[in-house]
Parts: sequence; C-alpha cells; structure tokens
Amino acid sequence: MTSSQVVQEVPMRRIAIFGGTHGNELSGVFLVKRWQEDGTEIQRPGLEVKPFMANPRAVEKCCRYIDCDLNRVFDADHLGMKVTDDTPYEVKRAQEINCMFGPKGGHKEAYDLIFDLHNTTANMGSTLILETTTNDFTIQLCNYIKDSLAPETCSVFLIEHPNLKYATTRSIAKYPVGVEVGPQPQGVLRADILDKMRKIVKHGLDFLHIFNTGKEFPPCTIEVYKITEKVDYPRNKNNEIIAVVHPNLQDQDWQPLSPGDPMFLTFEGKTIPYEGDSVIYPTFVNEAAYYEKNQAFIKTVKQKLSAKGVRACLS
Amino acid sequence: MAPIHYLPSLKHVAICGGTHGNEMSGIFLVKHWLRNPTELQRDTFHATPFLGNPRAVDKCVRYIDRDLNRTFSAEFLNSKDSDIESYEVQRTWEVNQIFGPKGSFQAYDFMFDLHNTTSNMGACLIVDSEHSLLPMHMCNYIQKHYTKSSCPIFLYQLPGEETYGISSVAKAALALELGPQPQGVLRADLLAQMQSIMACALDFTDLFNKGMLFPAFKIEAHKVAQRIDYPRYSDGEISAVVHPNLQDKDFLPLKPGDPIFQTVNGEPILYEGNDITYPAFINEAAYYEKKVAFVLMEKHTFSLPALQKKF
Ligand SMILES: [Zn+2]
Repeated sequence: MTSSQVVQEVPMRRIAIFGGTHGNELSGVFLVKRWQEDGTEIQRPGLEVKPFMANPRAVEKCCRYIDCDLNRVFDADHLGMKVTDDTPYEVKRAQEINCMFGPKGGHKEAYDLIFDLHNTTANMGSTLILETTTNDFTIQLCNYIKDSLAPETCSVFLIEHPNLKYATTRSIAKYPVGVEVGPQPQGVLRADILDKMRKIVKHGLDFLHIFNTGKEFPPCTIEVYKITEKVDYPRNKNNEIIAVVHPNLQDQDWQPLSPGDPMFLTFEGKTIPYEGDSVIYPTFVNEAAYYEKNQAFIKTVKQKLSAKGVRACLS
Repeated sequence: MAPIHYLPSLKHVAICGGTHGNEMSGIFLVKHWLRNPTELQRDTFHATPFLGNPRAVDKCVRYIDRDLNRTFSAEFLNSKDSDIESYEVQRTWEVNQIFGPKGSFQAYDFMFDLHNTTSNMGACLIVDSEHSLLPMHMCNYIQKHYTKSSCPIFLYQLPGEETYGISSVAKAALALELGPQPQGVLRADLLAQMQSIMACALDFTDLFNKGMLFPAFKIEAHKVAQRIDYPRYSDGEISAVVHPNLQDKDFLPLKPGDPIFQTVNGEPILYEGNDITYPAFINEAAYYEKKVAFVLMEKHTFSLPALQKKF
C-alpha cells in the first residue's frame, strides 16, 4: 500500500461519552450513571474517557428537555448568545458543555471524540450517526464497529445536508459520533437495547485504543443512509394529524419504500401511498419525539462512503 | 339453575381518552369522535366521548401535577381548598360534577377509560373485580366477538382497597389497556384494535339495553396479588433491569427460580416465590416512579350468573 492512501493522525487523547442529552432516553442515562461510579468498563490505556450527563435536569424529570431540545442548540447563535434570566435552560447548558468539551469549530482544546448515546422509539436497531462524508477517521471507526458487531446489523446514518443537518451536542468535538438504538419507549430501560448500546461503545473504544497503538487501518468503504428529506404526517387545517403511519411501513426502518407503497393510513381507512419517483429508505419511522417536529419519518438514500487508510503518527 | 340477575339499562355512557396525556390511541379516538360521533351511536343510547386530562394531552405528558387516575378517592373528591394548586385535583372535581357524583344516583351508568401501556399486554380488559357483573359480561362478549387477538382480563382492586380511578365516577366501568406502544406514539395496529373493541363493547351495551338475556358463563381472569419494585442502590437508583427472559412476557407463567432481573454485571436475579404466578405491566414506563417493575397476578376461573336488563 502506498503512503498516499494512509492519513496520519495524531493519537486520540480525550474522549467523552454523553448520556441523557435527552432525559427520557434511558439506555445512555443508565450507562453514564454506572460508569460515573465505576468506569472500569470504559477505561483504555492511554485514553482519558469521561462519562457525562448532558441534560441532568431533564434526566431528573425523565423528559426529553426542559425548555428546548439540547441536541439542536449547538450552533454559533445559541453558543454565543448573551445569557439573561430568560435564556432557556438548554441554551445555558449548551454553553457550559461547549466550555467543558469544546469549543466548537475544531479547536485544539476541544475533546477529540464524543459518543452521544440516544434511544429511539423507531425500529432502527443499532445505528451510528455521522455528521460529514469527509472524515476518514470517523468512517474508519464506523467500519470497525460494523465489522465487530457483524452478523448483527449496525446502520450508519449520515446527516450531512445543506438545510436538514442539525446542531448536535456532540458537534463540539473534533470527531462527533451519534449512537442511536431502538426500539425503546421513552422512560423505559430494556436489557436487550442496553446490551446493544454497550457493545457499540465497547467496540468504539477498542478502535480508538488500537488506533493509538499505531496499527494501520487500510482504506475501507461502508454503506451509509444519507438524509434527503423529512416527511410530516397528513394534517387538517387545524394542524391535527389525520393519518397514522401505515402498518406496512411501521417498524420497517431502513427497508426500501418504493413508489406506490403505502405510507399513511387515514382515519377513514384510506391508504396514502408514497408518490416519489425513486426508492427511498425511511428511518426514524414514528419516533415519539418527532411529532412536535412535524416528522413522521425521514427519507434516506443508500450510498457508499470510502475512507483512506488511517494510522496514528507516533512521534 | 342459578337465577338471572337483573340490572337497570345503561342510558348514560361516557368514553374517556387521555386520562394520561401521552397514551395516544384513546386520545386520537376521542378527538376523532368529538368531530364525528356517528360511530358511537346505537339505537338505545349515544355514548359521550371526552378527554380526561386535556392539559396533559396538550403537553403530551402523563399528567401536570399528579396522576389523574389516582385522584378519584374520597380524600381528593372531598378535599376543599387544600389541594387547589393541583390541576388534576381540580379536574377531578370537574369530571365528578359532569359524570358523577361518584356513588350517587345521578352518576353516569357506565364509563370506558382508554389507556396504552409500554408493556406487551396485548388488548387487556381491566375491571375492578369479578363482582362487577355487567363489566364481566361485557368482557365475555368482547372475548367471543373480537377474535383478532386474545383479550386477557385484569382485575385490579386489592381486597378492601377503595377505588380511585377516573372511571369509578360512573356506576360501572371497563378500562382498555393496549400495548405495547411507546408514550407519545400512535401505532395504526393498536388504534384499529382499540376502535374495534370499543365498537364491540358498544354493541354489547345496546343488546343489553334491548333486553337480550346473557347466559351464565365461566371465565378466566387475572387478579392482582403483588407489585414488585426494581432492585435499587441505597440512593434509590435502580440497580438492575428487567431480565430479557421476562421482558415482553406479560400474562405468561413465571415459575420459582425463573430470572426476573439482570444486574449491570449480567447476573440474573431469580424469582423466589413458591408458586407459579403471572406477571403484567412488565417494564411499564409510567411505573418507574411508582416503584413497580411489574405486577404479579393469580389466575382464576370465575363463574358468573346470567344477566338481563331490569324491565
Ligand atoms: Zn435523543
């Protein structure tokens, strides 16, 4: 292999694992609490791994957020906003988190990598969320986790998009990685889902550790699902939902939806089909938290993402 | 042959959705019926749909200040100004005025209360006790006529316990508890199931009002015996989760020695009772704060006498 195919990166030093970015997604909340008491499971030689409860007030109340969604306010406007008595709790918290783990924007002081642990009510299984196509290191990380979990499926969801990308909590790190495991109701802790999430974190940390030892990871290609559009529920003029996700689409996250396939079912029993002109792959199908965001599901397209080889430069 | 029991006809019937504001099937159905009540009309009566906790429904939360399905006891119904801060206590008084007063002659004849659970309880029918003859006949009718899934019966009242749920305002009641469905989510399959069961229950009511004789029958039902909390650390945090072998196994037998919880280190905690028991409400989201990981039930077969309208 020629050296041009291998990117040299500085070793990873500081890693954070966020739980409770949404206070009612209990797998991450539970794991972070346990790891804060006993971190043996997440320690790796040469790595400083910090478990962190992102939204402790929402965790205490077992709700998604107090004033606004913490996972949407890590943009320059909110992070730079002057704090007053009326500032939403999550905006204040975002600024605190940015000070502790950032600052956002690829600064030298920012944490190297943040795993942000989420649950969904959708049948998405184990999912990794990537923010950009251009980062060889995170693609390699996803590739390693996918391989390690095989034959169990681990999907990669890419949220790079000119206007659909959102300002995530983890985006302050140099390498942000979202972990989304479902289906699990809000406020519920399932042993099977907990186990899946733990395995993802384990393999993720193993990758970082092996990388730090100087092992070279050869070029790789992974399949990802790239966000293309958000789809709202059909509504009446009072903005009330008049149809639900069709039984044929319910629980079918990541499965192809072809033109003409049923998408919604109205109260009168009328099927509303998908009218696009190409196959798409829906995800976040019937996610509880997205009713208020006017989202019944997200459309994605499948694509390949390639990364150069990576190796730590050990000087 | 056992004598026939005669009960007065059911003229005033109410259907409550959104007693808990994040249990979406009943909320969606009641909103639909408020716009278009034709489905609720029968020859002998018109059922009245209403939202139990409209403020909680607006915010998509279980409740604002306290659980509305626990406030219909004498303590809250008779409290005057002491608990005026609590929205649900005020709402309790309102509901009691419109559909009660509880225990009085003017109270509604029947109330349906529509719920969802995150547990895998299927289409569960909830009645206070086997002594409620008319609701038990209704359950029997539903089991015979709604055959797409089994409809297990859950009898919730502990001996000597006062009723405290919203439907206890009416003279008789049936609650539907459909799951699994996450809070804040509306699934097409459960919605259709709830709608069909309600249609069946209203048909029964209509036939009863028309004077049909419902013969004596035997029926299997589960009676609550005990509530089991999660294992906890000294600070109150839960230290183990429902064991994967028990998760989603509502209404299936649990034997002594079967695993019920799993610790963080993967060790099983076993059921130490002496007898086979039947769990329900396994890993229900709303019960974490009530310190209930699941409830244990006894399975019984009850014999109920024939029923007919009092002419
Ligand atoms: Zn989340």
